[in-house]
Amino acid sequence: MAIGLSKFHSGEPVPLRSVPDLSIAEFRAAILSAVNGTRSLAALFGMPAGDRHVRLIAVVADSVTNSLSILSTKVGESYPCLTLECPQAHWFEREIAEQWQVHPDGHPWLKPIRFHAPYRTGNSISPAPVAGVTDFFAMAGEEVHEVAVGPVHAGIIEPGHFRFQCHGEDVFHLEISLGYQHRGVERALVGGPGKRTIHLMETLCGDTSIGHATAYCEAIEALGGTAVSARAQVLRGVALELERLANHTGDLGALAGDVGYLPAAAYCGRIRGNFLNLTAELCGSRFGRGLIRPGGVGFDMDKPLIAKLQERLEAALKDVEDALGLLWDAPSVQARFEHTGTITRETCEALGIVGPAARACGIERDIRQDFPSGIFRFAQIPISKWHSGDVFARAWLRWLEIQRSGAFVREQFASMPDGPILSPAGPLPADHLVVSLVEGWRGEICHVAITDANGRFAHYKIVDPSFHNWMGLAMAMRNEQVSDFPLCNKSFNLSYCGHDL
Amino acid sequence: MPSLILTRLRQGKRTLPFPGTEPVLPERFRGLPVLDHARCPSGCTSCVDACPTDAITSGGNLQIDLGRCLFCPECANACPEGAIRFTSQYQLATSSRNDLVLTEGETLRLAGRLAEQTYRVLGRSLKLRQVSAGGCNGCESHLNSLNTVVFDLGRFGIQFVASPRHADGLLITGAVTQNMRLALEKTYQAVPYPKIVIAVGACAISGGPFRDHPEVLNGSGSIVPVDLYVPGCPPHPVTILDGLLRLIGKIKESRATPSS
Repeated sequence: MAIGLSKFHSGEPVPLRSVPDLSIAEFRAAILSAVNGTRSLAALFGMPAGDRHVRLIAVVADSVTNSLSILSTKVGESYPCLTLECPQAHWFEREIAEQWQVHPDGHPWLKPIRFHAPYRTGNSISPAPVAGVTDFFAMAGEEVHEVAVGPVHAGIIEPGHFRFQCHGEDVFHLEISLGYQHRGVERALVGGPGKRTIHLMETLCGDTSIGHATAYCEAIEALGGTAVSARAQVLRGVALELERLANHTGDLGALAGDVGYLPAAAYCGRIRGNFLNLTAELCGSRFGRGLIRPGGVGFDMDKPLIAKLQERLEAALKDVEDALGLLWDAPSVQARFEHTGTITRETCEALGIVGPAARACGIERDIRQDFPSGIFRFAQIPISKWHSGDVFARAWLRWLEIQRSGAFVREQFASMPDGPILSPAGPLPADHLVVSLVEGWRGEICHVAITDANGRFAHYKIVDPSFHNWMGLAMAMRNEQVSDFPLCNKSFNLSYCGHDL
Repeated sequence: MPSLILTRLRQGKRTLPFPGTEPVLPERFRGLPVLDHARCPSGCTSCVDACPTDAITSGGNLQIDLGRCLFCPECANACPEGAIRFTSQYQLATSSRNDLVLTEGETLRLAGRLAEQTYRVLGRSLKLRQVSAGGCNGCESHLNSLNTVVFDLGRFGIQFVASPRHADGLLITGAVTQNMRLALEKTYQAVPYPKIVIAVGACAISGGPFRDHPEVLNGSGSIVPVDLYVPGCPPHPVTILDGLLRLIGKIKESRATPSS
């Protein structure tokens, strides 16, 4: 890097004054020279800096040295955009422009991502845009047509708008327009933490309640200097992997359904519920609501409960192996999965794709290995990867991860450390920043908490893995047929609410 | 082919014998809360203060609004005396919003069958269009569970359809964001009469954890008339199924006895 930046760790509280405050030229140069195949933009966001200025903060994660660079700059009405040279910044810069009315000059495709009125006060405030009313890519010529889908879809799915530019049946480009689920989560967190904070974390993306609640708790425990017991860390790790098991199994069932292979679809749909029910035995809620709490966990397991869960885990793992055997052995399924919705490793690296979608392109990137926290510092889960980048790869990768998560949970059940489950959480220090990273089942979850002079949240940034990956789905659809959209879509299974917040 | 048949045999029949046989729920399942003001220390407002959605009111009697309740453990954990605790009663759906406001000592008035005329048209074949309008995808996830072999919703004549034009009603989840308001209104208009609306989850009933955010409309009630309320965050699939079956007269008892 051109500028010597201090390295930080994930979960290390940093006094705000030690975050380098660079000129915009230095800020851009540092990001552009830093971001490459192994160093990615984990977050880039604005926060009010008074005096009609906005402070831009960037977090660059280096998966080789397992360290973070945090840098910042102050901007006024505009700055030269990063996206042209660093495509990973594309969505982030659109978000900054929408929230703070700071114009990234030269941005190739600047338009709203959530369709809300700007947060910045004092400027000439433009009214809130109408969701979905914006410019879309267009093509012209004979046999060229446009297919528009959503926000209300045909299935039980979250709302979003998809615009396909087609030539005959071939898709030249898919453009995705979201924001329908935008319910103001980040803005409501400012001034916190309060009694609703943990519930907002559990519901900002409901199928990842454990992942996001863990990222939040680890952030404020780091800030408050709270030590979490080994037992609580194990329980959190078990819950995180059960969440992965349930969702991966459900996704594989849905993929089977999308190619019309109903036996595996029916079995996996049921087995997903069995994994969710394990979490419910632990804390009463199938999504783990109430389990992850600042300072530890809200529920413990005694020996009879562990024995019960062990038995049911083994049964579910056996069933899922049995059901998926059908899927891998059916040539008609493989013919539909292979060479469909392919993205290359280069595309993945350029866009900063995370999670199973990146690992299915051969990229070794997993927070549990690169930036481990909690129990993952002591119990490593081997990284899973595949090389082909297609629907098959994203399906197969889930099966690899199911086996490894299953083995991890089995191991943890067999060696639960003793101890308390909840420690009192300390007050938050003033003017600090912390970055917390968790590998949710969709990929990298990044939370950045920044406190004010009173130790309250001056800003709270959430980056759901879907925020990185929606563009990956758009790229996967290029040169595919419209009829393959459900299959490609499900192979990513991205979150609308986690993106929209 | 042989492996298909063998797998089929191994996976077995998994459909719950519901209704008829009571479902086995997790021991820690949080269903209907019961209140006992007599245990409250004088002047104590621990549960009221702990509730993230201000669902509980005290003063004279304890009262809880199940439409706001997230069924989280905070109030029960905050209460030193056990004046508020969750039972395993999963039957929670009501026909009116007011019925969800439960005062100590009252029994929850569960949903009844559709009005006679609507029942005659929709009672044996109910097609629903689901509209997700600003929640966390938790309710949607549980609705998808109803379509699995475990709950097998289709055997009751209830089905989720792809278009509001094919539907007899809407099933709404989410707090209804400003950005979904127009889409929800248009979808409702597209459903032919007679039509019904079912609000599933704390968000769709009251805004849930997003209540009073300027970005949301605190649920579907201000946009469309609601015929069935299914509280929870998210409600368990069996709670949703129970509500749907009450609506079409396949479960008739109007009260369920809480068990601890």
